[in-house]
Formats: sequence, C-alpha cells, structure tokens
Amino acid sequence: MTLPLALSQNVIDLMYVVAAVGLILGIKGLSHPSTARRGNIAAAIGMTIAVAFTFASPSIDSYWLIVVGIAVGSVIGVVSARKVKMTAMPQMVALFNGVGGGAAALIAASEFHRLAPEAGAISGETNAAIMFSALIGSISFSGSLIAFAKLQELVRGAPITFPGQQLGNAAVFAAAIVCAVVGAATEDGIWMVLLLVLALAFGVLLVLPIGGADMPVVIAFLNAFTGLAAAATGFELDNNALIIGGTLVGASGTLLTILMSRAMNRSIANVLFSAFGKAPAAAPAAAAGAAAAGQTVREISADDLAVMLMYSRQVMIVPGYGLAVAQAQHAVRELADLLEAKDVAVKYAIHPVAGRMPGHMNVLLAEANVPYPQLLDMEEANPEFPRTDVALVIGANDVTNPAARTNPDSPLYGMPILDVDRAQNVVVLKRSLAAGFAGVDNELYYNPKCAMLFGDAKASLERLIEAAKAL
Amino acid sequence: MSAEIVASITVLVLSIFLGIELISRVPTLLHTPLMSGTNAIHGIVLVGGMIILGSADSDLEKVLAFVAVVFGTVNVVGGFLVTDRMLDMFKRKPREKGAEPEQE
Repeated sequence: MTLPLALSQNVIDLMYVVAAVGLILGIKGLSHPSTARRGNIAAAIGMTIAVAFTFASPSIDSYWLIVVGIAVGSVIGVVSARKVKMTAMPQMVALFNGVGGGAAALIAASEFHRLAPEAGAISGETNAAIMFSALIGSISFSGSLIAFAKLQELVRGAPITFPGQQLGNAAVFAAAIVCAVVGAATEDGIWMVLLLVLALAFGVLLVLPIGGADMPVVIAFLNAFTGLAAAATGFELDNNALIIGGTLVGASGTLLTILMSRAMNRSIANVLFSAFGKAPAAAPAAAAGAAAAGQTVREISADDLAVMLMYSRQVMIVPGYGLAVAQAQHAVRELADLLEAKDVAVKYAIHPVAGRMPGHMNVLLAEANVPYPQLLDMEEANPEFPRTDVALVIGANDVTNPAARTNPDSPLYGMPILDVDRAQNVVVLKRSLAAGFAGVDNELYYNPKCAMLFGDAKASLERLIEAAKAL
Repeated sequence: MSAEIVASITVLVLSIFLGIELISRVPTLLHTPLMSGTNAIHGIVLVGGMIILGSADSDLEKVLAFVAVVFGTVNVVGGFLVTDRMLDMFKRKPREKGAEPEQE
C-alpha cells in the first residue's frame, strides 16, 4: 500500500533540514532557564516534522505497521514520562537512552539482512556504518539497562567485580570487533548475530563493575554512545536529520562525561574501568588515626542548630548525594521557608556531581519549589562562603573535603570543592562518621568551626523544622 | 568514495562543532534537562526505523524494524515529555501556595 501523497525525496530531505533546525533550537534554548521550555517544544516540533514527512517518503510501501508501532511506543512513552518521580529521573533517562540505542542496533541488523543476500551489494561505507551502529547501539542498550537496574536498586549498586575482569571485558570487545570486520567482509548473517550478542554482553560487563555514585559519568557516556549510533544510522540511510541529531547528542554526552570526570578529579578511564566505589579498607584506619591524634568531633543538637540558623544573616545549604537518597528535598525547602520568614538569606551551593546524574540536584530542588536564582553553582557559591554565617552540609562529603586544596597526598587533591570551611560555622548532617565515596577521611569534621548532627538527613531535618517552629 | 558520503561527512563535522558550541553554553543548572532533552533528540532514529519498516521485504526485517519503531517512539515521546515536566519546575520566583493543582 502506497500513500497517495508520496513526495519526492528532495522535498523530504529539505523538510529534514527544517526538522534539524528545530532540534538545534531545542539545545540552544537550554542556555537559559527562561528559554529552555520553549526550546524543548521547538525540538519536539522539529521531531514531529521529521516523522510526519517520513510517512510521505517514496521508499515506504507499507505504513500500517509503522502506525501501530508509533501508537504502542507513544502509550508507553506517555505513561512512563507522566509517572516517573524526579528522584527516579536518572534511571528513566537511562531507560530512554537504552531503547534509543536498541533501535539503532535493530535498524542495523534489519538493513544488513535486507542488503546481504546479494554478496558485495553493500558499499564499504554503508557496511562500516551498519557494523558501527550495531556495535555501539547494542552496548548502549544493555549498558543502559544495567545502569537502570542499578539505579532502581534491582541490582546491587556497589561495583560487582571478579578476577580477570578487565582482561575478560577486553577480550569480549575485541571478539565483537572481529565479528564486525568478518561480517562486513563476508556479508554473512551469522556474524551479525554474533556481533550483537557479544556487544550486548560487553555492555553488561562494562557497567556492572561501576559503582552507584559514578552513575552521572556512566549515563552521560552511554548518552553519547546512543547519539553516535543514531548518527551512524544516518550514514546507513543517507539521512541528514539522523546525522545532525545523533552528532549533537554525541557531542553533548561526550562533553558532559568530561565535565563530570573532571569534577570528580578522575580520568574517564578511571571511572569506567577501576571499580572505584569499592570502599577501601584504609578509610576506617584513617578515621581511627585522626581520633587517636587527639582530634575530636563536636556534636550539636537540633535545638541548638535551629537557634543558630534563625539568628544568621546568610545560610548556605550544601546538598549532596545523601540528600537525594533520603529524598529530603522537600524538608530542606520547608526549613528554608522558616528561615526566610525570619529574614535569613538562604542559598544553595551545588557541586557539579551532586545527585545521581549531571545537574540532578537542581531538578530535585526545583521540584521542591526552590526558585532557580537561589541555586548557585560552584563558581558562584565559593566567593559567598566567607560572607556566610552557617554552611549547612546535607549528605555531601568528599566535595567539601579541604584536603582537596591542602593535602597533596590525598586522592582528592586537585578536585574542585565547595569551600564550606571558609564560612563562619559549618554544620554537617550525616548518618555517621563513615568515609565518603572516595573512602577518604574528611578533616573538615575535626575543624573547630564544624559541628555534626548525626542521623538520617530527612529525620534530622524534620527534627530541625520542629525546633525552628517552636522558636 | 561516493558524493553522498562526502556530503554526509561534511554534515557530521559541522554538527560536531555546532554541538560543542551549543552544549558549552548550557549552565550546570540545566544539565539534567540537557541530558533528557538530548536523549529525546537521539530518538530521531525513529525516522530510520520508519524507513526500514516501510521498505522491509521479509518477516524477520519487519519484526526487527517494528521493535525499532516502538523503541524509537518511546525514546522520543518519553524524552520530550519528561524534559517538559522538568523544565516546567524551574521558576524564577516561588509559586504561590495553593496554586499547585498538579499532584503527582
């Protein structure tokens, strides 16, 4: 069945350019919160144009299956996008990212099957693009599913390791490459099947050993992979909309991966291959050492802290991963409301890796109705600390460790941190004195300016709110 | 090497530079919407899935391409909606109490 309104390929290609403009405006809009939403709508319109005009493509002979597929996908997409909680955003993004990669791999397999029966029918370039998108798309699909399972806590978030892991992973990857090369040369379907299986296995093996708190880097990395797979699909099908869209995402994912690794003071290779989240045994020893050296930690009660906060001029809240885990963003906002009612200026200092994906903490606080001008990034926040009466650190650890500035022997040395120790007072809400993600003791806690309020972030905040209300 | 591939490579290279320019202007505040928004954009593979499904010859190709279309649509629709929901929350001033009808 052919659509009666089949247009010439040139007209459709021109409409793809219009669609690409929409996608570009979408990212351009994200340069400021006030234009971001309009940008996203422009991108959605661009996407709709691309899809609508594809229906009129002369190469499409049957369209009812496409309609059914789009209908099914739309229902799943709408329901999941409506239902997801903001704290679950990282796993949702991982899931959407995975299906995108999976789509690219499936397209490659289908196109290979269609072209392969006539040996030598596939041009070298198309062959390379097919193999590339099958490989990268599959890795992104299975890797994203594992990232989803880890974030959703279906799989243990801690790194899963076994001896010979890195060598084994490298062997699987090398075997996948061999399959891609042989498959391209022989145009035999069995190699495509092997390639897909090995690439899927590699995606699983790649993400399993990566710890939960490294997920911001992994998600950005897999995002770049899916983008590149989409761009390769554009090469397969000579489609500029796919090349432009895919490449933009590839660039975005790559830049974010670099930014996140830099903010963690580690190389990308270190994040991906070193199973960093494994708590090193040295950490408790270091804490014990500090205690033995006569350094003590000062505790503060919720009542005392409430008084201290209420009589401050400026309070800087430093939220971290622990706040996201405890889902305490609404409690933070409630406390801030009470303080603002007493004319205390409240601001939030947000480290680039706070939360579970790039920028996640901003979304969580925006959800809790915090106006975005109060959300300061690291460069804006650091000059504010000397003017701050109380820096309230909630569930953040390594990103506040002054050893990153002062101690060249620390694994954190050189990492950009929030200078909370430059505030007049520091209060840390924390479960226990356990070391942070990097397994490094935080000397901040032994600073005479610093006091600790132990307990679950949410429970502590609730006690604090009660105390503040009673004042 | 065909003329098409040269044209495609031209588009690829220019897109890389455009991408870097655009992304480096996005503030850290909006990095999560950036990720979910670009996530929706790579759902453009849907178009590829449609072309493949519309011209598939065998049942195997139809099955593969059909799943690709479903996946691509989930990616596009879910990605844009979730990004819109998120961006709606970024407000300059606090919302009025009580003016929050949307309870999730």
